[in-house]
Amino acid sequence: MSALTSYLGSTAGAPGTAGFAVLGWAVTPGEANNQLWALIYVLIIFAGVSVAVIAMNWIERKALAHFQVRLGPMRVGPHGLLQPIADAVKLLIKEDIIPAEADKFVFWIAPVIGLLAAFTVYTVVPFGPSQAVSDMNIGILFMLGVSSLGVLGIVMAGWASNSHYPLIGALRSSAQMVSYEVAMGLAVISAILMTSLNTDGTGYLSMIEIVQEQQRQGVWFIFKFFPLGLIAFVIFAVAMVAETNRAPFDLPEAESELTAGFHTEYSGLRWSLFMLAEYAAMIAVSSIAVTLWLGGWLRPFPNWLIGPVWPHEPVWDFIFALFPGLTFLGLGAIAVRGTVRMPKHPYFRIQTIGLGAFAAVLAGIGVLLLGIAIGANASGNANWLRASEGLSNVYWFVLKVAIFMYLYIWYRATWPRYRFDQLMKVGWKVLLPISLGVLIVTAMVGVIVS
Amino acid sequence: MSPFAAQGMTPVATPFFFYMLSGLAIIGGLLVITRRNAVYSALALIVTLLAVSGLYLMLYAPFVAGVQIIVYAGGIMVLFLFVIMLVNLERTVKERQFNRMWPVGLLAACALLALFLSVYEKGKGLFERSAYLNENFNTQNTQTIGVMLYGEAHRIGPYTFAFEIASLLLLVAILGAVIMAKKRI
Repeated sequence: MSALTSYLGSTAGAPGTAGFAVLGWAVTPGEANNQLWALIYVLIIFAGVSVAVIAMNWIERKALAHFQVRLGPMRVGPHGLLQPIADAVKLLIKEDIIPAEADKFVFWIAPVIGLLAAFTVYTVVPFGPSQAVSDMNIGILFMLGVSSLGVLGIVMAGWASNSHYPLIGALRSSAQMVSYEVAMGLAVISAILMTSLNTDGTGYLSMIEIVQEQQRQGVWFIFKFFPLGLIAFVIFAVAMVAETNRAPFDLPEAESELTAGFHTEYSGLRWSLFMLAEYAAMIAVSSIAVTLWLGGWLRPFPNWLIGPVWPHEPVWDFIFALFPGLTFLGLGAIAVRGTVRMPKHPYFRIQTIGLGAFAAVLAGIGVLLLGIAIGANASGNANWLRASEGLSNVYWFVLKVAIFMYLYIWYRATWPRYRFDQLMKVGWKVLLPISLGVLIVTAMVGVIVS
Repeated sequence: MSPFAAQGMTPVATPFFFYMLSGLAIIGGLLVITRRNAVYSALALIVTLLAVSGLYLMLYAPFVAGVQIIVYAGGIMVLFLFVIMLVNLERTVKERQFNRMWPVGLLAACALLALFLSVYEKGKGLFERSAYLNENFNTQNTQTIGVMLYGEAHRIGPYTFAFEIASLLLLVAILGAVIMAKKRI
């Protein structure tokens, strides 16, 4: 992948300094044409997304339980913190069943395709101006195209299972994804149109340039031409839930009607691949929304809150660079509170010690991040400052994506499932006309303004 | 490779990727016409389409490659699979083909081969290098396509007319499909 993406780097750095530039986080590895660092970035992102999926699994179970006034997992580890690991081990050692009448090859390759499509998208996700594997000049097209391939995995799984419920699930899924992709694409186009409202008159498809254009224009596209940007964003936010087959649009895997939909016949490791692909795709489409409308890695008010807060020191950049460390310290404080409130019975001693250790790890990460930010500010070393800025960029991006991940859980806890005809009606008769209208009005307002 | 060197681009293992992608496209194409099971044919066609999209990337046409993936692999092929799954496959697999169309097919294949050979022989002379292809055609690929299709500020592009005619044709096809599918308009 890295060799192929290096073709697509939009501009190349100076060849001699390429390696150094990547180390100092000045350009993306794709731009520097550096395959080794591209591979390292790919591995970091792969590990990060996998950890995020594990964390999401735990948070979803806990949050859903709390929405329904239950406790959720409490037995495996303190507050069920080790539950995802126990689940993963269970899935790995489960028997791997392939139905006798199934199409073996397609059955085998379907989850792999879903997973590949979900993870390939991360090649262009911009965690910062240089914190991405590569900056393609067709970034958003690439993301939409590859994420639309994910449905192939679902369709193939449903067909290869050679069973009724999976087939119905696969049919529903393909109909749903094709319908919602149209509205989604039109909403994306209206955001891309906004990138062209500059002095050049040329827009961008590159993910990094889209964010930088929001900084240059001084507004997140969700607030641009209020309420046009907001409407386009809402359409995308609805369509992306449908695209990832999540409640209230989870008809392809509706438990009450289709047992488990397209993955009814899957078990063990293969089933967990589908789950991993689903959560990775959720994070990926959320990062599209964050990039296009919520300013990507930009911190709040990057053009307005600049320079010193007080006559000379500290500057706003420094204040915002403290946020990542403070967040981890806050999480650590929550864990400390949990430790203190643990029952004082000897049975709970190991759990108390475990939660205390977890709190210490979180606080340690927080202190480390704070140390980097404060040290970089004190020393004034350019490389340290860039590293601190990079961490801060990644933090703001991940924070915005995390809000979307929480919203996914909130939707699931709040809304009942749509009926299939209602789903199609919403897609074709509500979202599609509105998104077309928003696109046309955005174009007209853009022409009038510029 | 001078125009690419000017941009500091150094393509990696170009022959390898070219032969791999072309091989994939040809094998996929053969599988499409030799499989009896229509689902396998559709899956092989997806492989071919993705390989062709990779070839577009190698030709420094990223926009066309992206659109190829979105429209064909992600959109049209999903609809194909959707329709194929609704058809009763067991009967079509067992059924013997009774029509004898292979002479016509052979004729069409020969005509296509002749066309390819003539293009191969004439080569570059057939397509004059467009004035729109400047040294930035890799980074400004999308803008170049836009200018060629829609034109610039006060000038229509070279392909505007053909493009609009094609979209009109598509509109007629959509209307036809709706009228044929609906019992009462």
